[in-house]
Amino acid sequence: MIEVQHLTKRYGDLTAVSDISFNVNSGQILGFLGPNGSGKTTTMRIITGFMPATSGTVKVDGFDIFNDSFEVRKRIGYLPETPPLYTDMTVTSYLRFVARIKGLPKAEIGDALDRALSRCGLTDVANRLTGQLSKGFRQRVGLAQAIIHNPSILILDEPTAGLDPQQIIDIRALIKELAGSHTVVLSTHILPEVAQVCEKVVIIRSGQVVLEDSMVNLTQGQSLEDVFLRAISQEDGQVSDVSREQRDKEEPGEQRELEETEG
Amino acid sequence: MRNVLTIVGKEMRSYFVSPVAYVVLTGFLLLGGWFFFNLLSRFNLLLSLYTQFQGQGGAGAADQLNLNDFVIAPLMNNLSIILVILVPMITMRAFAEEKKGGTYELLLTSPLRTGEIVLGKFVASVLFICIMIGLTAIYPLLLWWFGNPEVGVMVSGYVGLLMMATAFVAVGLFTSSVTENQIIAAVSGLVAMLLLYIIGWPAQGAGDILGPILKYLSVTDHFNELVKGVIDTRALVYFASLIGLALFLTMRSVESLRWR
Repeated sequence: MIEVQHLTKRYGDLTAVSDISFNVNSGQILGFLGPNGSGKTTTMRIITGFMPATSGTVKVDGFDIFNDSFEVRKRIGYLPETPPLYTDMTVTSYLRFVARIKGLPKAEIGDALDRALSRCGLTDVANRLTGQLSKGFRQRVGLAQAIIHNPSILILDEPTAGLDPQQIIDIRALIKELAGSHTVVLSTHILPEVAQVCEKVVIIRSGQVVLEDSMVNLTQGQSLEDVFLRAISQEDGQVSDVSREQRDKEEPGEQRELEETEG
Repeated sequence: MRNVLTIVGKEMRSYFVSPVAYVVLTGFLLLGGWFFFNLLSRFNLLLSLYTQFQGQGGAGAADQLNLNDFVIAPLMNNLSIILVILVPMITMRAFAEEKKGGTYELLLTSPLRTGEIVLGKFVASVLFICIMIGLTAIYPLLLWWFGNPEVGVMVSGYVGLLMMATAFVAVGLFTSSVTENQIIAAVSGLVAMLLLYIIGWPAQGAGDILGPILKYLSVTDHFNELVKGVIDTRALVYFASLIGLALFLTMRSVESLRWR
């Protein structure tokens, strides 16, 4: 469903993503993991067509993201890192607007709206301004916005960030429910979440894929934490102590720069 | 087309649910009203002076006074200067706010064409400007009710004002599309519009070649022709090409973010 091939993205001198490749099959939930500043958001922005890759291709449902961007955008629901809310709109009018620009026929908007509201637990705040909602509710409006047009592919950038435990459980249940009929790419820092929800895991570190495997293979006799920590420290183990010190000095700066460009 | 209307609707709503629309409209009408009041009282004063003079034997002096030249034309000029200042305030948020608030990602990852986004925002801002300028029509209406101005000239003046405002909106959208900072968008828009307004000033001393070029580039000259009641195709072509160019650049600028 989603084929990422040799994707590279450079911001000036900084390489945010370098030569990454992975596949997501139809109906699968992919957990996209990595430390802060490892290129998760950049990759997701490229897949959704928000920004171009420096080189490499992405095919979504057989359509090339560069040449058939329009077709790809029709099929994708995207929750960015910060929910893209118009703070002067009510939840209902905001979701109506999104449904319209996503190309939903007028007759279906009412049903789609009700479904999205109830699925994301927003019925009670439907008439509140999005700008006045708490972080958790904003996140849920962001999720409602991504699923309102029932897209076949969902790209969710940290969907559970800022939610309380009950909400996290609800959202996880929702994502599980979406699996099968939807292909989901989900980035997160919360490893138990991945273990519960995802069927496949891709771990990236400094813009490179260090691990791609199915959940079942990974967690045979070991916890996901161990797998993750080993994966992201893999290369550190191979290099000498001197260069590790250098890396330690360099990395904070590199990360900050990356976050600035991403924000 | 449906997408354009959706964006127009969203933009209009955001003008009127925030205080922006009301502040700008009130400010514009307040200043416009003040100008109108002053021009009219000056006209009144001149009229009484001229009538006195006529009574002392200076025949025909009062005939030189007319509402079009002494009230409406200067009013149009004053309003045009307020537009230079206010239009950047109206257009500054168009793209800059979306970029800052993250909603740009929503717009650009939706199945919308760049042209639809730009056109939607353009039409909404122009509609708003039309409301703004339309409300000042009360002044000429008062003149028409109580006096005898030439209606054709007034209409042509308003066409000029609308054309100029529309061109300014297009320029303002462009400056908003190149930055995520609303202040930068407003200031660069103001500078660009003011430059278009005054670029013709050195025309007289600039020689045979450069002079007419500067004169043609300036909005003021074309605007003044329309205020005088001369509807010249050159002016219409000028405004149309300015609008076209600015919108084209805006589209390129929006696209460049997507494929850079």
